[in-house]
Amino acid sequence: MEFIMSILIGALFSVGTYLILSRSLLRIVLGTAILSHGVHLLLMTMAGLKRGAAPLLGEEAGAYTDPLPQALILTSIVISFGVTAFFFVLAYRAYQELRTDDMELLRGDDDE
Amino acid sequence: MSFMHLAVAAPFAYAAIVPLLHRSFPRVHTGWFVLPLPVALFAYWLSRFAVVRSGVGEEARLSWIPSLGIDLSFHLDGLSLLFVLLITGIGGLVTLYSIFYLSKTKERIGRFYVYLLLFMGAMLGVVLSDNLIALYAFWELTSLSSFLLIAFWHQRERSRYGALKSMMITVLGGFAMLAGFVLLYIMTGTYSVREMIPQVGALASQPLFFWAMALVLVGAFAKSAQFPFHIWLPDAMEAPTPVSAYLHSATMVKAGLYLVARLTPLFGGTSEWFWLVSAFGLATLFWGSFQAVKQTDLKAILAFSTISQLGLIMCLLGLGSAALAFEGNVSDVYVLAMTAAVFHLVNHATFKGALFMVAGIVDHETGTRDIRKLGGLAAIMPITFTFAVVGAGSMAGLPPFNGFLSKEMFFTGVLNASRMNFFSMEAWGALFPIVAWTASVFTFVYSAVFVFKTFLGKAKPEQLPTKPHEAPLGLLLPPAALVSLVVAFGLFPDIASYYLIEPALASIYPSLLAPGDDFHVHISFWHGWTAELFMTIGVVAVGSLLFWQLRRWLGVYGRLPRQWSLNALYDGALEGLERGSARLTNAYMTGSVRHYLLYIFTFLIAVVGYALYRTGAFGAIDPGYPGYAPICIYEAMLVTATLLATLSVPFARSRMTMIILVGAVGYMVVLFFVLFRAPDLALTQMIIETVSVALFLLCFYHLPKLRKETTSRRFKLTNAVVSVGVGAIVAIAALAASGTNGFESIADYYLEESYHLGGGKNVVNVILVDFRGFDTLLEIMVLGIASLGIYAMIKLRAPRQVDRKGDSSNES
Repeated sequence: MEFIMSILIGALFSVGTYLILSRSLLRIVLGTAILSHGVHLLLMTMAGLKRGAAPLLGEEAGAYTDPLPQALILTSIVISFGVTAFFFVLAYRAYQELRTDDMELLRGDDDE
Repeated sequence: MSFMHLAVAAPFAYAAIVPLLHRSFPRVHTGWFVLPLPVALFAYWLSRFAVVRSGVGEEARLSWIPSLGIDLSFHLDGLSLLFVLLITGIGGLVTLYSIFYLSKTKERIGRFYVYLLLFMGAMLGVVLSDNLIALYAFWELTSLSSFLLIAFWHQRERSRYGALKSMMITVLGGFAMLAGFVLLYIMTGTYSVREMIPQVGALASQPLFFWAMALVLVGAFAKSAQFPFHIWLPDAMEAPTPVSAYLHSATMVKAGLYLVARLTPLFGGTSEWFWLVSAFGLATLFWGSFQAVKQTDLKAILAFSTISQLGLIMCLLGLGSAALAFEGNVSDVYVLAMTAAVFHLVNHATFKGALFMVAGIVDHETGTRDIRKLGGLAAIMPITFTFAVVGAGSMAGLPPFNGFLSKEMFFTGVLNASRMNFFSMEAWGALFPIVAWTASVFTFVYSAVFVFKTFLGKAKPEQLPTKPHEAPLGLLLPPAALVSLVVAFGLFPDIASYYLIEPALASIYPSLLAPGDDFHVHISFWHGWTAELFMTIGVVAVGSLLFWQLRRWLGVYGRLPRQWSLNALYDGALEGLERGSARLTNAYMTGSVRHYLLYIFTFLIAVVGYALYRTGAFGAIDPGYPGYAPICIYEAMLVTATLLATLSVPFARSRMTMIILVGAVGYMVVLFFVLFRAPDLALTQMIIETVSVALFLLCFYHLPKLRKETTSRRFKLTNAVVSVGVGAIVAIAALAASGTNGFESIADYYLEESYHLGGGKNVVNVILVDFRGFDTLLEIMVLGIASLGIYAMIKLRAPRQVDRKGDSSNES
């Protein structure tokens, strides 16, 4: 399972990187979203998959999955959501002010 | 803290109060307040003669950074004493001269004396320091204060150019020298020169020995204007004349000579040192004298003359170092060369200082230093003329002045060198007297040019900016003092040899001297009909002929030096460096974020890929690893669906499709979390994915004017290659890491203690708010900051005061 998950994560990273390298701001934001999906699945996979029940002690199971990466991923999800939301509004405002979302045109002034 | 330290600190302390004095007493020329200091210091150092003469010297130590072996340990021996007397003596005369030279109303003299005192203190520190790092610190301080003094008239473009050039070259040399000092420290374990000298025997066989020597010599050559670093000195002539007289003839340019003499006990006696020092000295001697003849500016003649004479002294220091290779009577021949070096060093400081002051007087009283405009001043300025004759006569090496004696000794030195049969001198030794003699001929010619073109011939008063007249007494007094020394040392050389040269030799050759013994130097005015005398007669004869026929052969210069000019090389190199670095920076700093990301990703692939390769990670990948969880058909379908959704994102034709595809990927991640038994993650991910997609769609709705991405995207091959590379690297790293089991997880602790310690059965939540609650606190803060930021971005609008025209031109 980990093997095909790793392949899938590689594909997520590839697509995320590809989108980040494009010209449109919206595609870049979507690229970061896909990259963070890849990272979360990577964290999950690296801890080992399906090693028991969900980490709820009421389940009375013999083995539980590792709760620590889940806590880390939960933190990461919230943070990447905050950043994505901020980034998206930034892109929206940049478009409003500068009338373009093409990264090749957003190069700043020479005197900056 | 000894009196010696106070004497070195005094100029610095004085420099701090000079601006106050300058402001408090605006009616008195500030120079009068400064003058007592060098005089008092000169008197103090004179009083140390007896101590130094006895061979003991004087030392004082002041702790600076003891843990690094760096201290301000000063040591006064014969060589240091010679230099401190030059520095304070000529310093006093230059201060007196500058009082009459610089106007107290037109010039910012407060600043001038601050810089001058800084220089004086730094120079005293250089010649007294025994610790190499302290020496380096003072050395750079002389470079810095010299930079400030050269650019004293900073409103002039040429001054700034000259100051920058001298700074660049001397500081470059200084860095090389520092590296050489550090190598010496590595080899000997101490920064103290005096502690290094006993280790000389073991030093020469060290592999770093040659590099330490070469680097130190680069510093010494750069400071002492040796070929090919001499180019800064003629441009430093933009400084006020007292500065040129003080720094660029008598003191700072001799710092390199001092260093070579000081380190001769360490490096001397090896053929590398002998050859580097004497060959570069000889080349400088010739090139400087050759170039000096064509100059038309009085100070430029003197600058090239200084270069040439410094080369002469350097050459003699090289020849003299051979004495350390031998013992007994053989070495006396080379000791003579060293004697000549020290003697000429003193002589040069006296006559060159006087000549610079003469040039300054001529400039001051006529308004020009151009010899094409000058002439016939002998009748108008008889005293200045006398000084010029004595100084130039000494420079050309004519009797009865001191220059004659040192030049004779120089000829003796090179003749002896040509008879050496070691250090492969038998092959090249004959060059020494020939080059030295030719250079002396040129020296004679430019000395004649200096006197004859300025003071003799037809007067051209109509070409002069001001009506010439004799200088005031204050301007004449300092050169008079120097000129009388020129004559005194010429007629009674034994005064100089007893007080200055013998103690200096004792500190250059500590190993050649038995305890309690002295060098006995006797310089005789007349030593019979020797080869040296015939060489001098030849110099005068050929020199007179060349000067007489100057007009005919001056055209040679028109053809030669342009291509050979080192200035063109320096300017070209600077310009090339600037242009090259600008081109390099422009080549990769394109302003396109995509390019920077490409660099970052490529670097990531290369570095992580190399690290994986080196650690053998590729071999660790095993699809059938038994530790992997089994795959059931349902999961395989989910993976395939996610893969398809992901891979179709870049190919989506419209943005709407793209947003929905990304949303689909997110919901499938939710399913993965369900599958992998992470209920909290699944919940959170689902909510957040919903909100995100809503946000995307909302913004998309509010941006109706966005250029639609319905056109097929330009397929960028590089993007594809790099992104596939990133994906592959991450996948390989993941596979290589999961295929090898490291340590046991610490999860058992949380699972066991969650209920006992945390009082909760949902272990993930207990970790989030109890075991690792601190993370959660900060994560809440991140969300808070993000929401405040979003609010601020939308609400706060700076008034549009930006120049829209400039912006639109950039956007187009």
